[in-house]
Amino acid sequence: MEFFLQLLVDGLTVGGLYALIALGFTMVYGILLMINFAHAEMFMTGGFIGYGMLNLFGNYTTIGIVSDALPFMSFLKSTQPFFTTTALGFIIMMILVFGTSAVLTGCLGMLIERFAYRPLRNSPRLCALISALGMSLFLQNFVLTFVGHRMVFPTPEFLANLDAINVFGYIFIAPIDMIIFCSALVLLFVLDRFVNKTKLGKAMRATAQDKDAAGLMGININSVIALTFFIGPALGAVAGTFFGMKYGIVTFNMGLFPGIKAFTAAVLGGIGNLRGAMLGGFLIGILEAMASGFVSISYRDVITFAVLILILIFRPGGLLGESVVEKV
Amino acid sequence: MTKKNTSTNTTASMEDAAVKGKGSAAETLFGGKAKPMFTGKLSPVKMALVGLLMVVLLLLPIYLQGMGEVLLLASFVLIGLYILLALGLNIIIGYAGMLDFGRMAFYAVGAYAAMILAIPLANLMGDNLSQFAFPFVLIGSGIVAAFVGYLLSLPVMRLRGDYLAIVTLGFGEIVRITIQNNPFNITNGLLGLPRSGDVLPWPPFFEWLRENVVLVMGNEFYFTVTRNVYWYYMILLVLIIAIIVVRRQDNSRLGRSWAAMREDEVAATAMGVNVTKAKTWAFVLGAFWGGAAGACFGFFQGSVSPEPFTFLNSVIVLAIVVIGGMGSIPGVLLGGVIIMGFPELVRWFAMNHLGGGGGDIGGQVANMRNLLLGLFMVIMMAVRTEGIIPMKPKLHKLYGKGKFGGTDGAADKAAEAAPSSKGGAN
Repeated sequence: MEFFLQLLVDGLTVGGLYALIALGFTMVYGILLMINFAHAEMFMTGGFIGYGMLNLFGNYTTIGIVSDALPFMSFLKSTQPFFTTTALGFIIMMILVFGTSAVLTGCLGMLIERFAYRPLRNSPRLCALISALGMSLFLQNFVLTFVGHRMVFPTPEFLANLDAINVFGYIFIAPIDMIIFCSALVLLFVLDRFVNKTKLGKAMRATAQDKDAAGLMGININSVIALTFFIGPALGAVAGTFFGMKYGIVTFNMGLFPGIKAFTAAVLGGIGNLRGAMLGGFLIGILEAMASGFVSISYRDVITFAVLILILIFRPGGLLGESVVEKV
Repeated sequence: MTKKNTSTNTTASMEDAAVKGKGSAAETLFGGKAKPMFTGKLSPVKMALVGLLMVVLLLLPIYLQGMGEVLLLASFVLIGLYILLALGLNIIIGYAGMLDFGRMAFYAVGAYAAMILAIPLANLMGDNLSQFAFPFVLIGSGIVAAFVGYLLSLPVMRLRGDYLAIVTLGFGEIVRITIQNNPFNITNGLLGLPRSGDVLPWPPFFEWLRENVVLVMGNEFYFTVTRNVYWYYMILLVLIIAIIVVRRQDNSRLGRSWAAMREDEVAATAMGVNVTKAKTWAFVLGAFWGGAAGACFGFFQGSVSPEPFTFLNSVIVLAIVVIGGMGSIPGVLLGGVIIMGFPELVRWFAMNHLGGGGGDIGGQVANMRNLLLGLFMVIMMAVRTEGIIPMKPKLHKLYGKGKFGGTDGAADKAAEAAPSSKGGAN
């Protein structure tokens, strides 16, 4: 039982990350009916940007290099202890790190949509898929060639000094896991409210239902799609930075497996369905934790992929989605 | 006018006679096989070009080995293997119009099947005959891979294009991870096969050729049949066989049903094309060539381990087909040569002409190549979906022979007139 609960905690943490990534897949699929393969790379890019920002605020060596190159940045030297050791500084740093990572990656997502996917909007779906795959290959190798193949994340002192939270005396929750889980829940809640309650969210839902009709009703389809391609990658970037903080490392090819698992989550919940993706993310996270705990850690990924294949074959509509009949 | 007419008539009647001699009544009974609808013959100019290319390809290794350019020769073998893989993928993507992101699964299955089959087979055949095990192993591992392809095709038959791509991706990763984890102690995990102590049999005639063929000219030129030279020719042979077989398949009844299915699945079903059968065959045949390529790869390397069978390599094979031209064999050949040849050529250049070592420039160029490859795939999809050398639209003609009412084959002759008069003009 203790083992089970501990696995459940791990599963919920990882599941939060999967849910954040899965939202990007499911939103794009809902609107454009394409699998945005490059979304996994958004996760990776976000991780790398987060790494850079975290170093900029918290790593004295990096700050030294930066302030040598750009003298006006030397104020970072004096703020570094504040950011890394105090609680308030830590929170401000987190907001800055995650905000920058999310905004930059979101802009990258919009750029990709503009130049790689928009020209293909009326061509066969397989073309868009191949284009997305090409984009993913490009981004991976861009990072590999010009940045590096792996980066070790620094742990801010404040975080390192926190003790693991102890529940019932035998379940331990690492502080970073707690942060990940809570932030994921908050972000998911905010996104859900945004899509269901605001005018822009309504426009997004209308576009997903019928692009042409939405256009006729005065919705600017292009900007709605661009917005989708901003929100998805931004959430992916948050997940990527959290991933780096949790596992302490980011690599150029780290996107592939979480990407496929998040896609599995999106399919499991019913692709195109936001709440489905959230549910699917947590379910896949828990499944993965249970599989590595009770079956075999080396077959963990095999089990997730097998689940993906089984869902696609037997229930392509997912848990919350309705089955779609192909019309001629 | 009259002259032209007679010439066309003679050629047409000659071809008729040829067909009559060949096509028996029995063949007509089994679904009108009396005459292929598209013969797929090359024009004389193209024949000459292919002949010239063949001569160059046959003489190149002699020159390279003689001058000591051993590394370049090894890269040619790699290019050949990837072209073979891409030819198999081309059946699935180009002809049948389905996406497969897990090409490495069949490559891996073929390579491991070859390693597992070869040693018992060689022991069975004895010391003298063991060199002839390779052809059997090649076909055997192709069949094993084809069977795996068949098994995969059973559940995925109903899936749409993009879901199919994801499922094949997942399948490819499942195969790789399973091989790594050494299930039932078959694959020997990360150490790979053959296990220490086992020895792969030599391929046919290799020892004889190595001992007996020596070509020396002057001080510089010294040619013997090394491993690289041998495998260059062996893979060239397998490739030629593959190209001939794939071309004939594309021109067959099955190939036409693939084309119909690719263009519009629903319409093809409505016209009586057995879509399930066509899909299954596309998977099986595509997997067969993947497995055959894997067997060649395993024998060429002398051992296999799970490292090369990654998703990235599947994507590279996909890029060869997409950039070269989906459904076009010359396109696939060109794509393979460009994509696989480019980093190898730069690596070779750096090693020989940039002062000795050249460092890790080959690896860096390979990364750079992948970067450009991704960019090209994006641009290609936006600008030129059909690839560098597009697939030729085929002229499908209907023949009247006894089936569509023409008693004397009038429709037949009319249909034949246009291409044969063209041929006569040449």
